[in-house]
Amino acid sequence: MHMRDAVNGIGGARAPEPDRATGDCRAATFRGLGLSIDGTPLVRDLNLTLDPTGITMIMGPNGAGKSLLLKLLHGLIAPSSGEVSWGGQPLSNELRRAQSMVFQKPVVLRRSVAANVDFVLKARGIRDASRRDALLAHVDLLEHAHQPARLLSGGEQQRLALARALATEPKVMLMDEPTASLDPASVLKIEEIVQDAQRRGTKILFVTHDLGQAERLADDIVFMHKGRLHEYGAAELFLSRPETEEARNFLQGRIVV
Amino acid sequence: MQDLGEAFRLALSLVLSGDADLVEIVSLSLRVSLTATGAACLIGLPLGALVAITRFRGRNAVLILVNALMGLPPVVVGLIVYLHLSRAGPLGFLGLLYTPTAMIIAQTILITPIIMALSRQVLEDLHAEYAEQFRSLVLSRRQQVAALIWDARFSLLTVGLAGFGRAVAEVGAVMIVGGNIDHLTRVMTTAIALETSRGDLALALGLGLVLMVIALGVNAMVQSLRMTAVRHAYA
Amino acid sequence: MASRIRLGVTAAIALALGVASVAAQDQSIIVQSTTSTANSGLYDDLLPIFTDETGIQVNVVAVGTGQAIKNARNCDGDVLLVHAKPAEETFIADGMGVERFDLMYNDFVIVGPLEDPAGVRGMTDAQGGLEKIAGAGAMFASRGDDSGTHKKEMSLWGDTDVDPASGSGEWYRETGSGMGATLNAAVGMDAYAMTDRATWISFGNKDDFEILVEGDEDLFNQYGIILVNPEQCENVNVEAGQSFVDWMLSDTGQAAISAYEVEGQKLFFPNAK
Repeated sequence: MHMRDAVNGIGGARAPEPDRATGDCRAATFRGLGLSIDGTPLVRDLNLTLDPTGITMIMGPNGAGKSLLLKLLHGLIAPSSGEVSWGGQPLSNELRRAQSMVFQKPVVLRRSVAANVDFVLKARGIRDASRRDALLAHVDLLEHAHQPARLLSGGEQQRLALARALATEPKVMLMDEPTASLDPASVLKIEEIVQDAQRRGTKILFVTHDLGQAERLADDIVFMHKGRLHEYGAAELFLSRPETEEARNFLQGRIVV
Repeated sequence: MQDLGEAFRLALSLVLSGDADLVEIVSLSLRVSLTATGAACLIGLPLGALVAITRFRGRNAVLILVNALMGLPPVVVGLIVYLHLSRAGPLGFLGLLYTPTAMIIAQTILITPIIMALSRQVLEDLHAEYAEQFRSLVLSRRQQVAALIWDARFSLLTVGLAGFGRAVAEVGAVMIVGGNIDHLTRVMTTAIALETSRGDLALALGLGLVLMVIALGVNAMVQSLRMTAVRHAYA
Repeated sequence: MASRIRLGVTAAIALALGVASVAAQDQSIIVQSTTSTANSGLYDDLLPIFTDETGIQVNVVAVGTGQAIKNARNCDGDVLLVHAKPAEETFIADGMGVERFDLMYNDFVIVGPLEDPAGVRGMTDAQGGLEKIAGAGAMFASRGDDSGTHKKEMSLWGDTDVDPASGSGEWYRETGSGMGATLNAAVGMDAYAMTDRATWISFGNKDDFEILVEGDEDLFNQYGIILVNPEQCENVNVEAGQSFVDWMLSDTGQAAISAYEVEGQKLFFPNAK
């Protein structure tokens, strides 16, 4: 694994910086993180502390384990080995409530657009129509508020998922290829919303294999290949001068086998 | 089968003349079976949802048991309820035997397993879609059950319909616990049984036709609700 | 959602109680009765008169005599109206009933298809008729349900040298059902059957069947009426139940029974003492 000095990370002999690892619940740390399913190792021995601010993009070819890492960090999957902590605290329901996850295929409840947002607010004990409307306006869906959510286009559904994710004012948003199958205009709109959230202080973890998107959004980049962590560093450096063979191949569009 | 034509004529004239006894019997049938369906849904849907979202030891045994209970003969249910509600039984003091309430209780017991088993299937499919989102939101089991039932409401209408169909068509249970008392506990099916035993086959068949028309009507209503739901991608 | 569910439960209970209250009128009694009296339509004629006079609602549960007596033993009725004197007397002897009164009678008849394969038409000897039917191996449909009629039929067979159980499933067909259902089965199978005259006269699915054997003293069918003993069953509505028994035995009640006719034929003959 190769680490950039410019970015804070752990690896090899380097010890974690304690003030980064504790206190700020936006900072994910994972040690010895591994996941095997039916004896097949899918994620192997990941060790890292991520920057608590900015947009971290997780990149890599198909099967690299990007989405699995995201789900392990959010606690949707229990690791086979190792542990995940946020700001030095082991993952708990309380921590998870401070996070929102957006999936590649948006999960759209069979209700109206407004009711989709209301559902998340209500789960947090909030009934506030004006807050809901503000959220919908923020993602350009206010005019569709009372339409059945599942009749929205793919891009609109993903924006609705974003509005829902933002409804809880999360400290961290975990995004699993949210723009993978959308048209360019929808992609840009979603990127705008994500950047806006980041500017307001939300930590963004964003899985993608779209290089252009990484250039537009990423502050730093985690590069994975075959379940292993290969690089973690500032985006400009990674994109211009990748250190590992695998990353170079990936950036040049050569399929890494 | 000279009775068939006669049955149609009788059914038609009964319905057209708005025969007071028929109206009473039909409305009691609907009241008893709809109430039983409602009660069975209140019990069966949350249970079905719970089983759908939970993995626990003995889950398969529960599923097999519930599926087996779907085939409970109405007469057996009637007998069990009779033994409980009889004055000599443990709940005899309630004085419920030979009342519509007893019939509602029997039909509720009869169809709750149906509601539970069928809703479990529907809700398990929906839960497969929602599960990660629910876990991400850290929802309680209760919140998940409520959300699943609400979102599957139009698919569950069909489940309720299956329960209602069985309730309104059964005769064994209501005959025993209701007693087929005129103007008190006589419903469509027990009236049909009575007319059959009186040898008035045409009238029995006519009542059967009326029952079928009612079942058709209820089905058509639910179906049109579902169509609306499908148009809104809610089902 | 939770509050909505709770509301639903409340509504369901309220509805159930509302439905139940229909039955909870003070002045109502349950009569455990034999099917023959109910199927004949007698109650439809009689009860409105009684209810008009007394304001007491009478709820009739019509089952076989055996079942009616069992239900009454479980205290699930105020009055018992059946036709199997020995069983009724046991009921009294066991303390389950206050007193048994003769109420009315009619008679049993043996019906069969027009063709009459056993050739019993016109016989007035019940045992002889049964023996002839058994001898010819002709089909016979029996109630087989421990009802008053079934008990009567068994006692008639007992006086013959035929054991119908040996032909069970072959020529002797036990339906295990009520009188009407058994008659339907008999008509369907072209089988002979024994029935009370009242049920037969009001039976609507006679096809080509006729009364073939009648008039034997042994075919006499006595109905009794009994108030269920409140000392055994606290729930018995003594006042209303007693007034029903009294009314049925009174001149008014007896006259009403006598006046009931179907197709110009008297179905029951009052004989209260």
